[in-house]
Amino acid sequence: MTDQAITLTFNGRPTEVPRGTTITQLLEIGEIRASVVAVERNKEIVPREQHATTEVEAGDTIEAVTLVGGG
Amino acid sequence: MNSSTAPPVTGSDQLAAPIPPDYPLRIGEIQLDSRLIIGTGKYDTLELMRDSLEVSGSQAITVAVRREKMYDRSGQNILDYIDPEKYLLLPNTAGCYTAEDAVRVAKLGREILRALNNPGADWVKLEVLGDSKTLLPDPIATVEACHGLVEAGFQVLCYTSDDPIVAKRLKAAGAASVMPAGSPIGSGQGILNPNNLRIILEYLKEDDPTYPVIVDAGVGTASDVAVAMELGADGVLLNSAIAHARDPRRMAMAMKYATLAGRDAYLSGRIPRRLYATASSPEEGVITTRPW
Repeated sequence: MTDQAITLTFNGRPTEVPRGTTITQLLEIGEIRASVVAVERNKEIVPREQHATTEVEAGDTIEAVTLVGGG
Repeated sequence: MNSSTAPPVTGSDQLAAPIPPDYPLRIGEIQLDSRLIIGTGKYDTLELMRDSLEVSGSQAITVAVRREKMYDRSGQNILDYIDPEKYLLLPNTAGCYTAEDAVRVAKLGREILRALNNPGADWVKLEVLGDSKTLLPDPIATVEACHGLVEAGFQVLCYTSDDPIVAKRLKAAGAASVMPAGSPIGSGQGILNPNNLRIILEYLKEDDPTYPVIVDAGVGTASDVAVAMELGADGVLLNSAIAHARDPRRMAMAMKYATLAGRDAYLSGRIPRRLYATASSPEEGVITTRPW
């Protein structure tokens, strides 16, 4: 574990996280319910089964989306 | 007797012969008994949405894909109010203005629905808009996105304008259903150009009578739904007309019956319009005199 921090964009906000943070951990940091989200990293889907093993990198753009009411 | 809640009679042992049942709406691999598809947006509360969906009898409902709220553990999710076992969820690409974004959003919707094991996972209501004031579709970007999504294995239900040529292009691109608008989204103007819808229905069903054409957008009230169904549409997709009605639950009921009424009227074959009257009672045996 390193205390080096990296900055990325998470749902539109600049966010600082420790180096080595995984998608699963990032969702926990954002207090997001992982069961009803899909995650995109730099415009590519990160499949749910890879959330725990995919580490984010400095400069990444991460989107975590869910379903809402719509027509 | 409260007749407003009685289901329409489709068969009875009192009849000389049963009325044959309608065949279900088929879109790609999926069959739906209800020809009404309802949106889940713009309800005052999620409870009201849930009740309205229940009353409408719809089996397929649309949802949108948006950023999850952060730092909001108490936040309600729409999925807390929708049973994914009961409804087929049809994710839309609302808010997309480019083909590239529409493909991205469709893939995100699929990723969420796969985790829910919902049969709608490979479905998408494709919507690529060209302008934020009219919310009219961008036909060129819609055709481009449709090609991309079909290639990516989606069942694409394509929202489009009522232009028959664009509708043909979308079907040729592999759309599972073409969904022309009756009038602009949320405008409540109803079916503005029934003749274009007639042409679309004729062209798309020419060699393929069961190809599903669904009127999507513009419905203001129940008679608009009936008109669309009477024209021969296979279904109607609507949201605002229920969600923004003074009493959404009652309007959901009205939409259910309008869909059934319009469909039965279409299957029955309407009488031709005539300028002059045709008497319903016999001319023969009349005992009165005509004073002219």
